Amino acid sequence: MIRVELPAHLRTLAGVKGEVTLEVAEPVTLRSVLDVLEASYPMLQGTIRDHGTLKRRSFLRFFACEEDLSHESPDALLPEAVANGKEPLLVIGAIAGG
Amino acid sequence: MSKVRLLVGTRKGAFVLTSDGKREKWDVSGPHFAGWEIYHVKGSPVDPNRVYASQSSGWFGQIIQRSNDGGKTWEQAGNKFLYDGVAGTHQWYDGTPHPWEFKRVWHLEPSLKNVDEVYAGAEDAALFHSTDSGQNWEELSGLRKHGSGPHWQPGAGGMCLHTVILDPSDPKRIYIAISAAGAFRTDDGGQTWKPINKGLRSQQIPDQDAEVGHCVHHIAMHPSRPGTLFMQKHWDVMRSDNAGDSWQEVSGNLPTDFGFVIDVHAHEPETVFVVPIKSDSEHYPLDGQLRVYRSKSGGNEWEALTKGLPQKDCYVNVLRDAMSVDSLDSCGVYFGTTGGQVYGSSDAGDSWTPIVHDLPAVLSVEVQTLA
Repeated sequence: MIRVELPAHLRTLAGVKGEVTLEVAEPVTLRSVLDVLEASYPMLQGTIRDHGTLKRRSFLRFFACEEDLSHESPDALLPEAVANGKEPLLVIGAIAGG
Repeated sequence: MSKVRLLVGTRKGAFVLTSDGKREKWDVSGPHFAGWEIYHVKGSPVDPNRVYASQSSGWFGQIIQRSNDGGKTWEQAGNKFLYDGVAGTHQWYDGTPHPWEFKRVWHLEPSLKNVDEVYAGAEDAALFHSTDSGQNWEELSGLRKHGSGPHWQPGAGGMCLHTVILDPSDPKRIYIAISAAGAFRTDDGGQTWKPINKGLRSQQIPDQDAEVGHCVHHIAMHPSRPGTLFMQKHWDVMRSDNAGDSWQEVSGNLPTDFGFVIDVHAHEPETVFVVPIKSDSEHYPLDGQLRVYRSKSGGNEWEALTKGLPQKDCYVNVLRDAMSVDSLDSCGVYFGTTGGQVYGSSDAGDSWTPIVHDLPAVLSVEVQTLA
């Protein structure tokens, strides 16, 4: 079970409170987690990754295990602690604007 | 008893303001979509309970919301705005080629005939069309692929398609305007487009009367005279009496002809409203006095309307989609400011009252006149 923590605005869009939990088949990567997240919550399509290119939106970051994974390849394996559910994948709105 | 509903988009959410036909007491509902930029909210003329809203954020991108109960509750529509084919490039601020990138929807224009049909004007400039209540969007790419597209350039607010006007007498005719490309018209439902900028002159471009490149801020039309258009350009107030084929300046005695909004009285097609703004670098009224100017002669002769508006120390702006008129017998006029005020007049501008004082900066104001 993969745990994903979303920013407040995306939790509102998705209609969830707290963390989202997802069943993700191996290999557990950013791409596979986001694919399952968007399939489970279609209202989030386009809000984390651009439609079409599937590139991370500029002002969002992916953190886990106190590491910034934002610039990792979307196909890189996520840390074992995320893959086994001990730690959440954090989707964070960057500090920008007001 | 008639009712009036104002749909107000702000930097941090949407608000719905309602009143009876007297327009004296108002109920305020909101913020809807708190914390998001709401560039535009507009109701369907076919069914006023159907309302569309453009919700966006620098962090999370574009969302389209749809209401079937006049803005009480909302459901998320589709947000897949993909340019048709290879997007290509337009000019960047420094004149270099820059790829077309979707950023947000500035304006939603529901169909005059079909409650499920709606158009979306986007940044970077493109017109999208939906026939299923905003669930799926298709670009009317004949506009962007007009031969001049690679020469379009963004205005200070981005390269936005901000004005969409549907001709009530001809379902295949649509007018749009882009900052800073100019105005365009289609006569075949969006397949092909022609620039309609003849008569515009802009000192900010090398060829002052070029076919494209003008920073058109807004266009208004009275439905009874669909061939007559009024335009607030970056500088200059213009009118056309031949569906945009040519334009004449009607700034006349305005104290400054820079501004953003322009609108037409609901029952008097030659009565026009603008809010003059000091200059392109000083986006506030002249002398700290917020004045709406009204022409009852289709331009050139303008009178200042000040009753009820702040006449000292006022330094707000009124953005391009932030004025609207109702269609009650005594025409109501409404506008919102970047200071968060929404002013209303129930006597065609003779006197004004602040409906709300302290909203976030107002991006758009639309009004629905309800039976």
